[in-house]
Amino acid sequence: MTLVVVVVLLAVFVMVVGGAVLVRSRRYPELEPPDIEVAAAPLVAADHDLLPPPVVTPEEAAAVEAEALAVLDLGIEPDDVPIQPAGAVDTVPVPDLDVPEAPPLTARPRIRDRLGKARGLITGYVGSVLSRSGIDDSSWDDIEEALIRADVGVATTGNLIDSLRQRVKSESLDTPEQLLSALRDQLKSDLAVEDRRLHLAETGTNVWLFVGVNGVGKTTTIGKLGLRHVAEGNRVVMAAGDTFRAAAAEQLETWAERVGADLVRGAEGGDPGAVVFDAVQRAAARGADLVLADTAGRLHTKVNLMEELRKVHRVAQREPGVVSEVLLVIDATTGQNGLTQAREFAEAVGVTGVVLTKLDGTAKGGIVLAIQAELGIPVKLVGVGEGPEDLIDFDPDEFVDALFAA
Amino acid sequence: MFESLSERFEGIFARLRSRGALSEADVDEVLREIRLALLEADVNFKVVRDLLTRIRERCVGLDLSKSLSPGQQVIKTVHEELIGILGGETLRITYASKPPTVILLAGLQGAGKTTVAGKLGRWFRQAGRQPLLAGADLQRPAAVEQLRVLGGQAGVPVFSQPTDPVAVAVAARAEAERLGRDVLIVDTAGRVTVDADLMDEVRRVSEAVRPDYTFLVVDAMIGQESVTTAEAFHATLALDGVILTKLDGDARGGAALSIKEVVGRPVAFASTGEKQEDFDVFHPDRMASRILGMGDVLTLIEKAEQSYDQEVAEKAAAALQQGRFTLEDFLEQLQQVKKMGPLQSILGMMPGMPKELKNANIEDSEVARVEAIIRSMTTAERREPDLINGSRRLRIAQGSGTDTKDVNQLLKQFKEMQKMMQPLMAVTGGRVGKGKKKGGRGGGRVTPKGAIAGMRELRKMQAMGGMEGLTGPDGKLDPEALSGLAGAGGPGGLDSIRESLGLPSPGQRGR
Repeated sequence: MTLVVVVVLLAVFVMVVGGAVLVRSRRYPELEPPDIEVAAAPLVAADHDLLPPPVVTPEEAAAVEAEALAVLDLGIEPDDVPIQPAGAVDTVPVPDLDVPEAPPLTARPRIRDRLGKARGLITGYVGSVLSRSGIDDSSWDDIEEALIRADVGVATTGNLIDSLRQRVKSESLDTPEQLLSALRDQLKSDLAVEDRRLHLAETGTNVWLFVGVNGVGKTTTIGKLGLRHVAEGNRVVMAAGDTFRAAAAEQLETWAERVGADLVRGAEGGDPGAVVFDAVQRAAARGADLVLADTAGRLHTKVNLMEELRKVHRVAQREPGVVSEVLLVIDATTGQNGLTQAREFAEAVGVTGVVLTKLDGTAKGGIVLAIQAELGIPVKLVGVGEGPEDLIDFDPDEFVDALFAA
Repeated sequence: MFESLSERFEGIFARLRSRGALSEADVDEVLREIRLALLEADVNFKVVRDLLTRIRERCVGLDLSKSLSPGQQVIKTVHEELIGILGGETLRITYASKPPTVILLAGLQGAGKTTVAGKLGRWFRQAGRQPLLAGADLQRPAAVEQLRVLGGQAGVPVFSQPTDPVAVAVAARAEAERLGRDVLIVDTAGRVTVDADLMDEVRRVSEAVRPDYTFLVVDAMIGQESVTTAEAFHATLALDGVILTKLDGDARGGAALSIKEVVGRPVAFASTGEKQEDFDVFHPDRMASRILGMGDVLTLIEKAEQSYDQEVAEKAAAALQQGRFTLEDFLEQLQQVKKMGPLQSILGMMPGMPKELKNANIEDSEVARVEAIIRSMTTAERREPDLINGSRRLRIAQGSGTDTKDVNQLLKQFKEMQKMMQPLMAVTGGRVGKGKKKGGRGGGRVTPKGAIAGMRELRKMQAMGGMEGLTGPDGKLDPEALSGLAGAGGPGGLDSIRESLGLPSPGQRGR
């Protein structure tokens, strides 16, 4: 029973420290916050809301719909789509699906285009390596620095460079072009994975569960994926499983309205598992193809929150739910903590793929190499902006080429 | 995965005990480990390089001949260097002579600006001010809605309008003046620095509202990108400081160091949780320890302070001192420790915990089981476990819903623990608390001297790689290592801990 050991160690530790605790607490009496008189009602200026309230008249709904469609540029004329007012708290019903065939979305953005603005840094290193006549210590230093600056991490960078050195030796490479080419190849092969698809089971109601720490872009990603699937003619139900964050359900609701998906939400502070369960039931009842389940952002260090997530995962699998994907959303600007996140979430609920977000602002996201190497979890999707179409399938060749394009 | 710096140094310095000063080669080796630790902590590459040059100078100059723990000396040097960078001027809010004092929040998407805005609202209210929150993030769906809810929780009004960020900021300022609010906190949309249009927009917001303080809100888990981000925002907005968020995670937070070094602006506030109270001024010393992977010792102390009943702590300290620690004491300690929060996260905060213990998934059921077993014992049995014979074992097992195997195991382990603790008790005995006296809080007999001695033990433990230094290969406490505690250690980091806790130096009267 390690517990005994732990508690005694802890107790001893705390007692040893206890002396300081007791002295300190006497030196710093707690300061009382000043007594503040609060006005009876908050003094708010004219309460302008950004969006029309959920219950709208058909005319207002039509106007909003037209605007939304215009934004999405789907080329669907407002008249073609029958409008239904958003219902009560529970669901936003989908407009009837006998719409004229939607024209294809504008060509999916390529990683290279989106990374264009953020490229400068790695390009600099590439230039430096190429400027030399051969391969020397400085070349290796440049490569090491480039990789670390890309958040690849010390350990993974070390392994990469070891492999490269061996390759340079065994293949007798001597030009910087060859070196860079070898590096590119190495990175691509390290990221290669047989199956990078987003899975959908044949039977049951498919649920894709989105998990991750706070602020990474889970809700926005769901919005984008929702658009993609609705545009492909699928019926999508979004589950507002973030019952903790203020206005989280409202945020997802906006996306549902934007893209034409159903929304199931619960009361703020309610049980997230219940919301997901509800969503699955509703999806099954309506013959929907996919449930996109949002969850609250949570730091993997919070034991109780990770336990809650496990529960949500279990509930989502209750008949007829089938959790065919558990997508871990990771911010591309995250440093080494990204690996810890992946490890912890994988252990808790079994992650099937990574969504790397906010890549438009940074030519990095190197942590995915470590995640792939250590945990074998592939990146499936990449987020490259806040707009509904800013989502692309991850392609390692594209990703690597874009990083090192001169 | 990340070994503590002290653990890493163990190997290097074990070989050096005979020699006094560090040779150049030794210094190089030490610097390599430091570099590793800093990079793993997400400190910017260039910043690490510059830092190492400075640390190298200091290390080579170190006279370690008298030090019993050169590793500790080096760590202390590095620690000081980091505190020097992170600390220096603490940012104090100076209120504008003509209200409102305007605070502008900017940063990348998802950094936590809106949550921080709410917290700042509450913070200023608690400081006796009358803040107004302005929702100028019109990009993110339901962002203003979120701010409204947070404002409601903080008791702070929220202003917004569906126009554009610049207009909102201007109107908010006018509104603040009209309503006589003396602080205006402006939340803006997250933006990437490579988007020229959006960077221009935030510049215009700033020009329109003329902030007294502009804070960059940064996620503690940000990687190498921290510098580019900070530089870009600083060039556009002239930052006054940084607010670091999500510090309740386990990201080491090297960004704090990088940004301070490169942009020269201090971290003003630290956000340590999702609740509004989880917000405070920044502590440079804690951050330095965290970046070096030294465990968040001071947070642990705070938690203990908050949850540990002082009477119970004193009682247990006295018991330790008198060389007895019974199952009864154990049960009491277990209750206290449970109050400090999930055992898992407490473990995470302890410096140099051996990986097996850190990762040991302590199930609630296990805790409950141990508790049940002890509760099924009589007071006499708890104090004198040797009393427990076969029939008593059976009774205890039945009473606690376990079987005699579990009871045996607990008793056996506990007995071993008691043995292990003998040398430790000898070391701390007589210093941490002298005798018991009836009386409540503040009635303890802990003297500054005792506290300092306690801290010395703590530092020794840390220098020796924390708890890991105390366990043998089988993961059990090594009695020899424990007795080694008494001898090892040096003057080392005692000062820094003492300083950071504001404890008096020896010779001074406490209070």
